[in-house]
Amino acid sequence: MLAIRSVSAPMRRQCVRAAPRAAATLSFQNRRFYSDKVAKFTGQKDASGNFPVSIIEGDGIGPEISQAVKDIFAAAKTCRHLSLGEPVDVTPMLVDGKTSIPPATIESIERNKVALKGPLATPIGKGHVSLNLTLRRTFNLFANLRPCRSVAGYKTPYDGVDTVLIRENTEGEYSGIEHVVVDGVVQSIKLITREASERVLRFAFQHATEIGRKKVRVVHKATIMKMSDGLFLNVAKDVAKDFPHIEFDAELLDNTCLKMVTDPLPYNDKVLVMPNLYGDILSDMCAGLIGGLGLTPSGNIGDQCSIFEAVHGSAPDIAGQGKANPTALLLSSMMMLRHMGLNEYADRIERAAFDTLAEGKALTGDLGGKASTTDYAQAIISRL
Amino acid sequence: MLSRNSARAAQRMVRAAAHQQPRAAARSYATIQSDIFKPTKFGSKYTVTLIPGDGIGTEVAESVKTIFKADNVPIDWEQIDVSGVDSGSPGSAEAAFRESVASLKRNKLGLKGILHTPISRSGHQSFNVAMRQELDIYASICLIKNIPGYETRHKDIDLCIIRENTEGEYSGLEHQSVPGVVESLKIITHAKSERIAKFAFSFALANGRKKVTCIHKANIMKLADGLFRNTCASVAKEYPTLEYNDMIVDNASMQCVSKPQQFDVLVMPNLYGGILSNIGAALVGGPGIVPGCNMGRDVAVFEPGCRHVGLDIKGKDQANPTALLLSGSMLLRHLGLDDHANRISKAVYDVIAEGKSRTRDMGGEATTHEFTRAILNKMETL
Repeated sequence: MLAIRSVSAPMRRQCVRAAPRAAATLSFQNRRFYSDKVAKFTGQKDASGNFPVSIIEGDGIGPEISQAVKDIFAAAKTCRHLSLGEPVDVTPMLVDGKTSIPPATIESIERNKVALKGPLATPIGKGHVSLNLTLRRTFNLFANLRPCRSVAGYKTPYDGVDTVLIRENTEGEYSGIEHVVVDGVVQSIKLITREASERVLRFAFQHATEIGRKKVRVVHKATIMKMSDGLFLNVAKDVAKDFPHIEFDAELLDNTCLKMVTDPLPYNDKVLVMPNLYGDILSDMCAGLIGGLGLTPSGNIGDQCSIFEAVHGSAPDIAGQGKANPTALLLSSMMMLRHMGLNEYADRIERAAFDTLAEGKALTGDLGGKASTTDYAQAIISRL
Repeated sequence: MLSRNSARAAQRMVRAAAHQQPRAAARSYATIQSDIFKPTKFGSKYTVTLIPGDGIGTEVAESVKTIFKADNVPIDWEQIDVSGVDSGSPGSAEAAFRESVASLKRNKLGLKGILHTPISRSGHQSFNVAMRQELDIYASICLIKNIPGYETRHKDIDLCIIRENTEGEYSGLEHQSVPGVVESLKIITHAKSERIAKFAFSFALANGRKKVTCIHKANIMKLADGLFRNTCASVAKEYPTLEYNDMIVDNASMQCVSKPQQFDVLVMPNLYGGILSNIGAALVGGPGIVPGCNMGRDVAVFEPGCRHVGLDIKGKDQANPTALLLSGSMLLRHLGLDDHANRISKAVYDVIAEGKSRTRDMGGEATTHEFTRAILNKMETL
C-alpha cells in the first residue's frame, strides 16, 4: 500500500527520500505487532494470597500522601488482596553517564509488575534525565493514561468534565534525538514508528472497550506533518478495523484545543489518543479544566509492568506539614486496582473519596478547606 | 481598539533595534531595500491584496469589503481567489498561489482568510505555511481579549500570543528512514529566535504591556527549546522595564484554562502558538472574534488570529466576520488610517455589546448579512 502511494506522490516533496522498497518489506508493513491483549496484568499473588505492589513514595509531600493511601487501603480491606508497602528507593545514579535507578528497585517492580509512585523531584543539573523519563524508558511504559473528571465540591468554570486521554509515551517529540547542526541551528527529531503507534492505538481501543466508551478519536496535525502524524493516523485507521464495535474518527489538534476549552462535554463519551507532545499538553490542559494536577490520576502502561503515579510536583514548601492533598495519588491507585482487576475495591474507595470531596467538610488547603492530610483520609475511611 | 498603532510602532522598534545593534544575526536578515517599508499608494489610495480564502472566506471578505466601502476607506483591493481545496484541475491552485505571493510582494500589505490544507500525503503543502515562509512574515500576532458585553466562562482576559511563523515544527522536513519509521525535523535557529524575541519585546513596549512570557518545552527538548528559551532570556536583558518569565508549554496551557488573567504577552515557537491561540480563542468566544496578523520585514498580512477555515458552515450565511473585520482595522491602523479603524471597530464592538444582532457562534440568530447590516447602521450613527 505504502509503496504504491510513494510512486504516485509528486516528486516536489523533496523531503521524501524515495528509498527503493523491496517486495520483502511489504510483508513487514502488514505485520501485526500485537495479537493478544495489550498490557495485560500478569502479576502473581504471593504466599499470603496478596498481590504485592512496589511503592515509590517520592520526595517532598510524597511520604505523607503515600501514608494516607495506605491507611485508606487498609480500611477498605484491600489488603486481603494487595500488600502495599514495599517502599523502593529511586535515588538516581549515573551509570556510564546515563541516569538510572537502583537495580533492586528495577527488580522489585519487574517482579510485582505494578507500582504506585508519588511525586519525584528531578535533580536539576547537567546530565540528569528526569526520573520520570528514566522510569518510562527502563520499563518501556508506552502509554500514558490520563482521565480527568470534574470533582463535585471544587468549583471551576467547567462542570461535568469527564475526559480520557491516552498519550504515546516513548517517542514522538520526546525522542530525545537532538543535535546542533552548526552554531545557532538546532535540529530536534520527532520520531514516529509504526510499531509504537500501533501499540498505543491498540491500547486505546482496548481501553475504550474496557471502560465502555464507544468512540475513539485520534488527535493529530497531519495537515502540516504529513508523514509523521500521517503515519500515526494511517495506523489508527488500520487498527480501527480490528475493533468494529468502536466508532473511530480523527480531529485536528487545533480543533480539539478549541472545542475542548469551549465546551468539554462532547468529549465525555470518547477516548482520545495522540502522539507524545500533544498528549502532554492536552492532558495538562484537561487537568486545568477540573482544577489542576492535584485532582488527576495518571497511569503509565507497559507490556511488562505498569506504574501509576501522581503527576503533580513534590511541593517541598509544604512537605512534612500534613497539608498535602493525596487525591491524585489515591485516584491513581484506583486506576491501579482496576488494572489488576480489583474493580470492586476501586469502586468503593472511589465513591467514598468523591463523596468526601462533594460534601466539602474535610478538604485540604489547596481546595480551599482547612483539613489536614490525615483528616481527609479519615473522612474517606469513615465512609468505607 | 486592542492596541493603538501597535503593529506599525512595533515594526519601527524592531527596525530601530536592528540599526542600533548591527549584530551578525540581525544583519543576516536585513537588506537596505527591505528597510524601506512603503506600501504602494496610487492617487491617494492604497492597494491591498485580498485573499478571501476557503470556507467562510468569501462571505466574511464580502462583509469587510462592504463595510470598508461604506466608510470610504482609501483602499483598492487586489483580490486573488486562492483555494486549498482540490479543484480537480491540477496546477491551477498553485498558479493562483504564486500570483497571490507576487501580489503581496508588490503591495506589501494583505488581508487574508484561511486556506484549506488537505491531510492526504499526496496533497499539497499548506499554502498558509508556504506563504509565511516565502514572504518571511515571521511574527504571528494573535490578540485575545474579552469583547465587552459578550460573556464567556472567563473574564478580564487580555493576552497577546506572538508566535514564530517560519521554522520549528512546521519546517516541512520529514522523511521515512525505513518503512514504518518516520522522522520529522523541528528546526530552531538562534537568528530566528532572536528576531521573534526582539519583536515580542518591542511589541510589548510599544503597546504599553508589562510582561513577556516565553513558552517552551526546554525540560525535554533541551537543545532546541533550550536555545529558544536562552535567546529570549538574553533579549529580555535589553528590555529591563518589562517583566520577563518563562513557562513550560503544558503548564501554560493548564494555567490558560484556569487562570488566563496572569498572562500578558506570550512568545513561543510555531506549534505551541497554534495550540495556545486555539485555547485562547476558546476562552473569549471562538475563532470568529479573534483578530491577528503576520508581520515580516517587508510584508504584513492580516488574517484571523485563530486560523480556522470553517468549511462546515461554508455558504450558509452563518459566519462571523468579526475576526476579519478587526484584522482589517488592524491593517488600517498599520496604514495610519486610525479614524477609519476606530469607527469600524467601535461599530463592531457596539453591535456585539448591544446583543441584538449576533451570529450563531455567539449565540445569536443573525446571518452574516444581517450582522454586516447592523454594523453599517451603527456606523452611520457614529
